[in-house]
Amino acid sequence: MLSPLRLWAVARKETLQLRRDTRSLALAFVLPLLLLILFGYAISWDVSNIATAVLDQDRSPRSREVLDAFRASGYFTFVGDLERPAEIAPLLERGGAQLVLVFPPDFAELLDGGRPAPLQAVVDGSDANTALIVLNYARGIALTYSLRLRVDGLKPPVTAQTRVWYNEDLSSRNMIVPGLVAVIMMIIAAMLTSLTISREWERGTMEQLAATPVSRLEVVLGKLLPYLVIGLLDVVTSTLLGVWLFGVPLRGNPALLMVLSFFFLLGALGLGMFISAVARSQLLATQAAMVATFLPAFLLSGFMFAISVMPPALRAVTYLIPARYFLVVTRGIFLKGVGIEVLRVQGGLMVLFAAVGLGLAVKVFRKELA
Amino acid sequence: MRDVLHEPAATAAPPPGDEAPAVEVEELSRAFGSFVAVDAVSFAVRRREVFGFLGPNGAGKTTTIKMLAGLLLPTSGRGRVAGFDVYTESEEIKSNIGYMSQLFSLYADLTVEENIAFFAGLYGVPRERRGTRRDWVLEMAGLGDQRRRLVAELPLGWKQRLALGCAVLHEPPILFLDEPTSGVDPLSRRSFWELIYALAEDGTTVFTTTHYMEEAEHCHRLALMNRGKLVALDTPQALKSGMREPLLEVETDDGVRAVEVLEEARKSAPGIVRVGLFGRALHVTVEDADGGPARVREALAAAAIGVRSIAPVEPSLEDVFISLVEAAGGAPAD
Amino acid sequence: MPEATSEATPEAVPEAMVELRQLSRSFGALTAVDRLSFVVGRGELFGLVGPDGAGKTTTLRMLAGVLRPTSGDALVAGASVAREPEAAKHHLAYMSQRFGLYTDLTVRENLDFYADLYRVPRRQRPARLERLFEFSNLGPFQDRLAGQLSGGMKQKLGLSCALVHEPDVLLLDEPTFGVDPVSRRELWLIVHEMVGRGVTAVVSTAYMDEAERFDRLALLHRGRVLALDDPRTLQETLPGTQLAVTADDPRRARQVLRDLPGVSQADLFGDRVHVSLEGEGMDVADGGAQTVAAALRDAGLGAVEVRPLAASMEDVFMQRIAAAEREEAA
Repeated sequence: MLSPLRLWAVARKETLQLRRDTRSLALAFVLPLLLLILFGYAISWDVSNIATAVLDQDRSPRSREVLDAFRASGYFTFVGDLERPAEIAPLLERGGAQLVLVFPPDFAELLDGGRPAPLQAVVDGSDANTALIVLNYARGIALTYSLRLRVDGLKPPVTAQTRVWYNEDLSSRNMIVPGLVAVIMMIIAAMLTSLTISREWERGTMEQLAATPVSRLEVVLGKLLPYLVIGLLDVVTSTLLGVWLFGVPLRGNPALLMVLSFFFLLGALGLGMFISAVARSQLLATQAAMVATFLPAFLLSGFMFAISVMPPALRAVTYLIPARYFLVVTRGIFLKGVGIEVLRVQGGLMVLFAAVGLGLAVKVFRKELA
Repeated sequence: MRDVLHEPAATAAPPPGDEAPAVEVEELSRAFGSFVAVDAVSFAVRRREVFGFLGPNGAGKTTTIKMLAGLLLPTSGRGRVAGFDVYTESEEIKSNIGYMSQLFSLYADLTVEENIAFFAGLYGVPRERRGTRRDWVLEMAGLGDQRRRLVAELPLGWKQRLALGCAVLHEPPILFLDEPTSGVDPLSRRSFWELIYALAEDGTTVFTTTHYMEEAEHCHRLALMNRGKLVALDTPQALKSGMREPLLEVETDDGVRAVEVLEEARKSAPGIVRVGLFGRALHVTVEDADGGPARVREALAAAAIGVRSIAPVEPSLEDVFISLVEAAGGAPAD
Repeated sequence: MPEATSEATPEAVPEAMVELRQLSRSFGALTAVDRLSFVVGRGELFGLVGPDGAGKTTTLRMLAGVLRPTSGDALVAGASVAREPEAAKHHLAYMSQRFGLYTDLTVRENLDFYADLYRVPRRQRPARLERLFEFSNLGPFQDRLAGQLSGGMKQKLGLSCALVHEPDVLLLDEPTFGVDPVSRRELWLIVHEMVGRGVTAVVSTAYMDEAERFDRLALLHRGRVLALDDPRTLQETLPGTQLAVTADDPRRARQVLRDLPGVSQADLFGDRVHVSLEGEGMDVADGGAQTVAAALRDAGLGAVEVRPLAASMEDVFMQRIAAAEREEAA
């Protein structure tokens, strides 16, 4: 049973209350802004100024060439030379350097003899994330150098070139902002709506409402509408900020972004309502919402941590996280400029998420005290 | 906060002369921002008196009691409780009074015994006395064989008696009760009042608030509060007989229409002071006992409303309250 | 345990609007409402009277369709609350014990919301709202947030929202609790007027003195009906006599009276003693007043005055509870 008049009445009431509720409004508008600024400006996973020490046991032109390549990259800051291997451990321990490059005494000899020459990179692993990145940089440089050596011996026109697609500067910001849009929506949607039903039970207004002919669908949808509007507004503002303030490219179709965001939002809102209907106390609802929506979106969607790096068990879990798929959508539309043909699967999943979220909310919400 | 567990309970400072009031306030006021909750209230409560503070919700009763119990500072005026000043000696006040709040302040997830032990410690009952006092409370509340029961499982009437017991563990000279019998069944309410009278007889001064007019009859003297102001102060009987205008109870065939008709009559001709529906009958306040009934009959006959009976009746406290408030010129609340 | 039955047979009760059939509700081991069965006719002002825990709120919640019965059923305006609770909601209005309106919406916004929920035709709204404002005197406060109203006004707003769709059945849970006397009278005036127009009202209260207002009432105690009748009959058929006694030492007077044979109750009310005498041993023309007065004077009390007292609903209630407990013990 769906009466447009009653639906509209519920939506209007919810909107009026929301307008007068400063805390929720702050959560809805200020929080996304804060997150964007925080992640956009303050946090960057680009690593630079890597303190590097060198133990060059070869001291040949070859080793110096390699070191020049490292210097030229701009990521490394050389802090000193070591004399003996025994100095490596104490240096890393006291944090004097993050990376120690060790050349064996026969480095040049091996290279010129056409044999593989090992360059040891010892990294301070206590910050695993940075360590990985440092190692990757080191590997990259070594690889480039190796290729150059190989190529030197070949006649043109074969040249090896490496390029990074979609994110030429490998700017982490470009990676973060689209992901942030997904996370923000999950937070807003789930956390705000998780309060709405439980708050009415707690205050006693739901009991009164339950005695009227209003249907469950009218209550859930009516309550949802203002938050849907807010969510979409947040998507627009986050996108605009990302593009204007941070220079993140938006290569795809904005309309497609809005459509798929709409479905994702519906699902997230429905999920929040479901939690609210089950929890019946605001305190419980907030905590459940944190655990069930915010944390997974933040940690397991691929936003913070690459899914490929996760252990298999967790990787399996991520298939259940809707934000994971939405991340593909946002990154795809922002950075790759792809359309619905490529995002078919994700698009379908978004619609499914919307249906499941709403369905659960309507099914579980009861107009009865017990 | 004072460490009440290790200090012996302070004994009440003997009031100067036996006639000193247990509670005395003068122009006591409390405002919350621009809202005046208690407006220049003055009264004195005698020792061993059962004193009632009557008024609807929002009248300022709870705020007043909190000021007297040392829980809230007044914004102006003077007050002394058990001889101590409400501004400067609130801690002494607290150890000389018992306070039973509206919500009974018992811990639902502790047992009867545990609650008693907790409050005994809180009020600084000397260790030697704790056993005796505990047994006294258990007996007084009739909970001797339920001492290990969780308070959450007790019916309301029992909780109420236990709460009362816990409030007087330390044998305070003054007891403050805030709406103590709200919602409790009549049987429990009567035994509760017996306990109160027994306490009063033994020397405790009891100060209670209630919004329940009929219950106020239990008190020796009543202060009527409305919108923060003290509207009247006297014994229940005196308040009722103090209503100069006689009250008639009129039974008719159509109560609702009769009210309308008499309201009209009131406006056009003198003699009828006030009309109110009281159940199916009407309570009509008239100017004089002789001409009044006739006028009422006249007005109702003119409107073809059958009158079954007209008889003078003793005003209830509700009638008194309404007449005082209207005399003071305002509706009770906006 | 004997079930209380009404003196009025179902045939004598005009068109049944609310009919309870063994309606019951338990919460775990606690039986809050125990097989209630009675009928409320159209245009009746029916009371559910009893203290906290008697089952009034639980009963009203079931009738309003916001709580499912554990067993039994009730028909409200013909619809079964156990099978189709939603069906009745168009015809009824429920006012919960706790203020159930939105404190962060204005008076007007609350009214409009409820008018929308019940789909009150737009054309009729101005007239209805005007009439509601007249009743309740809330007109000047239309734009005030409901949370900023006094207790009495909140209740009047609650009642107004309940009446905006002109229901056939009104279910009010302690509508006058804690409300100032003037607002209380206004609320009752509104209820009486509605009832006069044919609305059926089932109202709960813990105030024994309000019980005298009802056409008929059910005295509830621990989920069961102790008595079901009109207040006058209940008071008049109360066995024994009630007296009000004053003396120079009220407390001692009470002591003396308690020990007198034939006295079932003697309670202090301020400085008077309310005495209940049971029939035998006291059945003299003046209802025992002389005997009581003599006993007090013999005990050395002075300024003795004994006056007859009309039985109150509280007296009725206490007598019935005592009787019920005696039956249970037997």
